Amino acid sequence: MGLGAYLTLAAALFAIGLFGVITRRNTIGILLGIELMLNAVNINLVAFARFNADVVGMIFTVFTICITVAEVALGLAITILIFRIRRTVVADHLDLLKG
Amino acid sequence: MTDPAFLALTALLLPAVSFLVLAIVGPLRRHGHAAAYLSIVLSAAALVAAVAAWRVSAAGGFSERLWSWIPAEAGPLAVLGVLADGDSTLMLILVALVSFLVQVYSLGYLSDETLPSLGRYYTYQSLFAFSMMGLVLAPNFVQLFICWELVGLCSYLLIGYWYTRPEAARAAVKAFWITRAGDTGMLVGIVLLWYQTGTFDFLQLLQLADAGLIPLEGLGVITFCIYLGAAGKSAQFPFHVWLPDAMEGPTPVSALIHAATMVTAGVYLLTRMVWLFRLTPDVMEIVAWNGAFTALLAAVLACVQTDIKRVLAYSTVSQLGYMMAAIGAGFASAGFLHLLTHGIFKALLFLGAGAVIHASATNDIFQMGGLGRRMPQTTIVFVVGALSLAGIPFFGGFFSKEEILGATLAGGFPGVFAILLFAAFLTAFYMFRVIFIAFGGAPAPSHGGGESHVHDAPPFMAVPLWILALLAVGVGIFLPFVRWQAEFEAPHGITYAAITVAVLGIALAYLVYQRRVISADTLAAVLGPIRVAAQRRFWLDDLFAGIYRGIMLRFAWAVGWVDRYLVDGVLNVLSAWTLMAGDRLRRIQTGQPQDYVYGVALGVIALLVWMRWPR
Repeated sequence: MGLGAYLTLAAALFAIGLFGVITRRNTIGILLGIELMLNAVNINLVAFARFNADVVGMIFTVFTICITVAEVALGLAITILIFRIRRTVVADHLDLLKG
Repeated sequence: MTDPAFLALTALLLPAVSFLVLAIVGPLRRHGHAAAYLSIVLSAAALVAAVAAWRVSAAGGFSERLWSWIPAEAGPLAVLGVLADGDSTLMLILVALVSFLVQVYSLGYLSDETLPSLGRYYTYQSLFAFSMMGLVLAPNFVQLFICWELVGLCSYLLIGYWYTRPEAARAAVKAFWITRAGDTGMLVGIVLLWYQTGTFDFLQLLQLADAGLIPLEGLGVITFCIYLGAAGKSAQFPFHVWLPDAMEGPTPVSALIHAATMVTAGVYLLTRMVWLFRLTPDVMEIVAWNGAFTALLAAVLACVQTDIKRVLAYSTVSQLGYMMAAIGAGFASAGFLHLLTHGIFKALLFLGAGAVIHASATNDIFQMGGLGRRMPQTTIVFVVGALSLAGIPFFGGFFSKEEILGATLAGGFPGVFAILLFAAFLTAFYMFRVIFIAFGGAPAPSHGGGESHVHDAPPFMAVPLWILALLAVGVGIFLPFVRWQAEFEAPHGITYAAITVAVLGIALAYLVYQRRVISADTLAAVLGPIRVAAQRRFWLDDLFAGIYRGIMLRFAWAVGWVDRYLVDGVLNVLSAWTLMAGDRLRRIQTGQPQDYVYGVALGVIALLVWMRWPR
């Protein structure tokens, strides 16, 4: 399989993630969408590393995964806190940043 | 210790120390008497230093001490220091002497004041002494101008010493503004002179003038501008209106600032700069004629005043006119001599008037009457001062006034001479009018009950009076022997003319106000229109008030309108627009995360399209 197939897969995954982020009303769902988008990027990095025979991309991916884990942990923690305070995780109701 | 500049510097710094200590150490100032003693002791020391400086510099020549204040690569921009020569150290003695005596006198005169305000008074006095000495010793125009403004400030502060009285506050502002008007001209003159010659330094300017290197083109404007400053300070027509109003201040202040020292600063400046003014004969002529006119105008005005201090104030204006006329005629030394003698006897007259006011609690000469019997000492010293002012032989003003009259003739101004001679007659008349009304005659009826409290001055006030009276007589007797460097041959007969008009003036006053052979009402009727005009002060004060109210206040109002409605209006519109735009833009911040993601996604797409767009 060529590079194009991997990139297509990554693009599809990214689009699905973006769609999820935009359409989901639940905060957890939005976080899941963000995960998908990040993993699409990871696929891109790994694919380029493989086809360019350059190990740097793979190392970079490992870092991305670590950071993603941290981000998810933080995101879930914030969500739980919001739920405790506001008794809801629906994004429509969380508009404190409204100007 | 034989360097005059060093001694002069000592004299200059002693009052500065006194001022700084009193200004910084609050408790000392509020203690009042401690502040007074500190100031008096230091000014006595300054007097000693000034006399020492004069003694070592009397041999001639000069000595300088300079410090660069604003250093720059091509020579310092501004230099401070002292320039001690015969004239400046002599003037320094006058300043230190009168300042010291006035400070002693004030202890008695202001004994009813609260302690903090007494401390304030002595703080101002110290600042004034420092500023005036700095002016006298200034080696260049920069320092001269700084000190010039400082003495103006002190004058403002001391005229307004009783600042709760509206008249005093008003007079202080009037004095400040009118002298400022002249000072603006002077600043322009100084800068123009610097532009033409590239230096502020007096000695360098003198060298340039001697070498004929000062460009004559436009020099008339420069000297005229400098004369404007001198005219403002020295109360020459038409700037003389501030000086009589300045009498709202305490009497010792009038004696020091508005008779002996500050108002003579203009004369002193012209004396110092006379070699510059000689290059512009036209301006010299203006100085001479305006001086004579001022002398006459003020003498006429003095004849109709009923306030003893105002008589003296107009008399000061008149005598300053004499000095200016002598300088304008080209003989500055005559003007300077009169400055020194006038400083002594006019301070004496003012302090004497202060003793009278202190005792009788009124300024109006018609409410005094018969003081001669109740205040014999004060009467003697006051008469000595009046005789000096009138120009009677063996009294202080005689020799210098005769010198001025001779100078105007020798300088080729017979018209000025005639005016000044007539003004001398008026001078004798108005001074003895005051004496016969206030000191002679029967006690005024209003004092029937309170006769017991009118008595001679307490020692603090009497001693300075006697010192000044002795000096006035001593100067009159000894001055002809140590003959001032006579620059000209005065025609004979001037002496007799001067004595004659003075005696005539005294005789007229005697006949009118003492013997009442000639009724004062008849005299008034004969001089009807002039008297009315003089009582209205020739409408000059009204004119100034009209200029102030009609033009300056309206102009200020117009400027205020422009600022309030045009300048502020533009800014208000701009800020309103900014607020409105912000309010509109605010609405795109919905607070919904999805909307922001939309924004980011659309932005990325737009960026991609823009980057990939075929060009």
